[in-house]
Amino acid sequence: MELVLAAGIGVLAASGVWLVLRPRTYQLIIGLALLSYAVNLFIFAMGRLRVDAAPILRPGEVGDPAAFADPLPQALVLTAIVIGFAMTALYLVVLLASRGLTGTDHVDGRDE
Amino acid sequence: MPTSTHLLLLVLVLPFGGSLAAAFLPTHARTAAALMAGLVGLAGTIAVVLLYPHAAEGALRLKVEWLPSLGLTFSLRLDGLSWLFAGLVYGIGMLVALYARYYMSEEDPVPRFFSFLLAFMGAMAGVVLSGNLIQIVFFWELTSLFSFLLIGYWHQNAAARDGARMALTVTGTGGLCLFVGVVLLGHIVGSYDLDVVLTSGALIAAHPLYGPALALILLGAFTKSAQVPFHFWLPNAMTAPTPVSAYLHSATMVKAGVFLLMRLWPALAGTDVWFYAVVPVGLATLVFGAFAAIFQQDLKGLLAYSTISHLGLITLLLGLGSPLAAVAAIFHTINHATFKASLFMAAGIIDHETGTRDLRRLSGLYPFMPVTARLAMVAAAAMAGVPLLNGFLSKEMFFAETAENHTGSLLDDSLPYFATIAGVFSVAYSLRFILGAFFGPPPKDLPRTPHEPPHWMRFPIEVLVLICIVVGVVPSWTVGPVLADAARAVVGPSLPYYSLAVWHGFTLALAMSIVAVVGGIFLYVLLRDYLDTGMEGPPLLRRLRGQRIFEKVLVTVSWRWARALERWFGSRRLQPQLRVLVAVTLLAGALPFLLHGAAAPGPQAGTPLDPAFAAVWAVGIVCSIAAAYTAKFHRLAALVLIGIAGLVTCVTFVWLSAPDLAVTQLLVEIVTTVLLLLGLRWLPQRQEPVYGEGTPLKVRLRRAADFVLALLVGGGMATLSYLVMTRPLPDSVSRFFVERAYTEGGGTNIVNVILVDFRAFDTQGEIAVLCIVALTVFALLRRFRPAAETVERPRQQKLQNAYDAAAPERQVGDTMADYMFVPGLIMHWMFPVVVVLAVYLFMRGHDLPGGGFAAGVTLSIAFVMQYIAAGTRWVEDHLRVLPLRWMGLGLLTALATGAGAWAFGAPFLTSHHQYVYLPLVGKVPAATALLFDLGVFALVVGATVLILIALAHQSLRRARVREEAAREESAAPAPLPPVAADLQTVGEA
Repeated sequence: MELVLAAGIGVLAASGVWLVLRPRTYQLIIGLALLSYAVNLFIFAMGRLRVDAAPILRPGEVGDPAAFADPLPQALVLTAIVIGFAMTALYLVVLLASRGLTGTDHVDGRDE
Repeated sequence: MPTSTHLLLLVLVLPFGGSLAAAFLPTHARTAAALMAGLVGLAGTIAVVLLYPHAAEGALRLKVEWLPSLGLTFSLRLDGLSWLFAGLVYGIGMLVALYARYYMSEEDPVPRFFSFLLAFMGAMAGVVLSGNLIQIVFFWELTSLFSFLLIGYWHQNAAARDGARMALTVTGTGGLCLFVGVVLLGHIVGSYDLDVVLTSGALIAAHPLYGPALALILLGAFTKSAQVPFHFWLPNAMTAPTPVSAYLHSATMVKAGVFLLMRLWPALAGTDVWFYAVVPVGLATLVFGAFAAIFQQDLKGLLAYSTISHLGLITLLLGLGSPLAAVAAIFHTINHATFKASLFMAAGIIDHETGTRDLRRLSGLYPFMPVTARLAMVAAAAMAGVPLLNGFLSKEMFFAETAENHTGSLLDDSLPYFATIAGVFSVAYSLRFILGAFFGPPPKDLPRTPHEPPHWMRFPIEVLVLICIVVGVVPSWTVGPVLADAARAVVGPSLPYYSLAVWHGFTLALAMSIVAVVGGIFLYVLLRDYLDTGMEGPPLLRRLRGQRIFEKVLVTVSWRWARALERWFGSRRLQPQLRVLVAVTLLAGALPFLLHGAAAPGPQAGTPLDPAFAAVWAVGIVCSIAAAYTAKFHRLAALVLIGIAGLVTCVTFVWLSAPDLAVTQLLVEIVTTVLLLLGLRWLPQRQEPVYGEGTPLKVRLRRAADFVLALLVGGGMATLSYLVMTRPLPDSVSRFFVERAYTEGGGTNIVNVILVDFRAFDTQGEIAVLCIVALTVFALLRRFRPAAETVERPRQQKLQNAYDAAAPERQVGDTMADYMFVPGLIMHWMFPVVVVLAVYLFMRGHDLPGGGFAAGVTLSIAFVMQYIAAGTRWVEDHLRVLPLRWMGLGLLTALATGAGAWAFGAPFLTSHHQYVYLPLVGKVPAATALLFDLGVFALVVGATVLILIALAHQSLRRARVREEAAREESAAPAPLPPVAADLQTVGEA
């Protein structure tokens, strides 16, 4: 599992970085989306992989950390997902406004 | 005694309060502002006088803990030295305020002037009264700032702006040096407290950092007191209104530099390094200033260079390191303050009443202003060191000190000769000031007819000159005790023997004084013809203009170098910047491996591989690569592909025990897809490649480099995550959360409890960010101008409408309405179901996967589905979603829940929880965290809906624009196509 996930993170990150370095605004937005998947999974993986150990207690229980997946990276990633959406929205609007203003979809607002 | 410490605090606070009050006075309230400044000065003086017994006894201290862990304390300390300086600051400040009332023109915004003056007064008082090194530097920088504002007060005048900027640059740079020096000093001593520092002289001198600390502190002091080679800012600062000059030159600003030297004298002085660092600078300043002063044509310029010279004298005395020299330095500081303030005021009166300060135009003013002339003569005589005046006494002490043997070096031996030469110069420039302005032929072509000033304008000079005479005649009865107290604060309880008397018999010092006076008269007579030629500046040194060097350096550093750096390293293009960013990140990630060698996979046994998981990721990997490949020309395809990659991520979360993440990821995925689809409507299709057939080599190389970079980053992240995942999880703060989620947070879903309870403050920040982004999107879209190609109705709609128009039995718009009929109906019916799902997700969030974020996104999906199904207009006729209200309420609910904890005496966002039994529903959690989560929920709904709807509304706006255009074109109204289905076409790109 670890190897597969690591490979997945690597491919997502590589595709993301490649797109982020491209000159077209839409490539950038797709790249950022892929990169956020990669980073979210990376942070999540820092809590190690556990199957069937969702961090949900029984009522009244004092949890044993060894019995559950690490909840902390999950909490971090959860907000990151929502903020990622906000970032995509903001970038999308800037992208559209820039396309309308400059007449090109180059990230610098003009073709070289 | 609490009352005394309160009084001390009042002394410091009063001028700042006055400054604030003066700032709010009407622009022409000249008298009121002057009165306020004068009263503040008077009150300060009285308070300082009342505090005298404490200063005489030792030191009065006031300490308030500020950041005790960093050793930072707000601390005031009044001893003999600070008492003396505080007295000068307030006493002369009061006189300057009175003088300025008459000097300042009614046309200027005078309250602003007094506001700056009072703040400056307070800053200077802060420097002398602080009991903590850092605090001294703080007020020190404030004096630099407020002197900048004062010097540049007539900001319409370019010279004033330049002078102000130069003063700020020089003294501000010095202030930074001082700050570093003081931090070093605090590091050496282990405390910033002045009481500790002043008793650690031996420790400091023996420390290896003594040299650097001393050099930096001296740089601060020398720039402030205009010592050579930093002197040039002071003559340029005379573009300030004359009251300011009088104040800067006598009691404040330049005196801050010598005050610092005196203050730290017990801690820093007495070493050879000190002697050789301070004495040459003081000596050079003394001689150069006096020499340059003779040749100035501007009255204020003459006085400015004389100030430089006198400050050099004080610095030189302090540099000698002997206690007696320190006493002489303090004494001369007092005397210089009195005669220099009165001389500047006299120069200001001359300028005010004649319209010029140029010695080439002025002459023979004595008959027109006899009283002012006599006052100025006495003050100038004190400056020259004529007996029976205060300047004589301290100058004689100075002569006597230079004649003493200190280190026996050549420098030491030459001091008395240089001192006498400087004395000769000072007599010469004093003569020039008096003879040039008041005697000689009657003045011709003055801008104004000269006359005596109003009496109250002259009054401050009278007071100061009276002090000059009284101190000069009966020194031991007047200044004696004060000087002794101040000296004890510097040199310690046992004072060296000195006698404050006019007559000491025929001593070497007296001989030097006589040589200086006689020589000065001779020199003046000799130079008369040369001076009458009207050449500006001193001979020989005329070309050596510190100002020009300063400007050259400034231009080089702040313009040429900055430009060059920008040329070399700057880029306005995004791609190179991102490339650097990615490369640096990659390097930072690889650095530990480069330094410590490669790491092997850890010992932890992996989770057994499920082939299905591998298959899912095979799809994910293919989609990710495909998205990267298609994003340029096939936008919709790329969107679909990243959607699949997102689903794979979501499945991974489910598989690996993160149900909350899976739920949120899935919902956000839906919203993101809708969002991008809406955006695609306004992004015209890319037609053909930029570089038709032959892609240039440069571009191909760049792509290859990017490709390698991307591979390296991907490979790096994969390796890194694999290395981490194969190592056991160390014990982290997670233990805290897992153990206490239920017992203290009252919820079984640990992730949710972390979000809304343990780390609620973070979540509060997150929702604020979301709120800000939504508002920004909303604002950006209000003035949105889409690309010209997209303004028209989309091609698909045109085709459909054309088809409808061609078929006789159809209405235009039928096709659109028809093909969305079934999905639209389903979405209508889904609405209540989805709303219930949102409520369900929210309610169970504290105990089971769900929560405010997920529920919020779900509800917004419910709303957005209605828009898709029925169109914007229909939805807004039937259902009013007010996203801004949702957001505001959400943010306020979250904040109010957090603040509610205060009512129970707990810190912000402390939660309380219990379970409540509801009939039918059963046991439900009723933690205050749930209320907080409600805020999160409402905000997420509002923000998401606002973003999506603002974007969706663009179609409506465009449609309206098109309709209006059409209406204008043809008088006959065209059949209005229904825009309800406008949203359905957003996928067309």
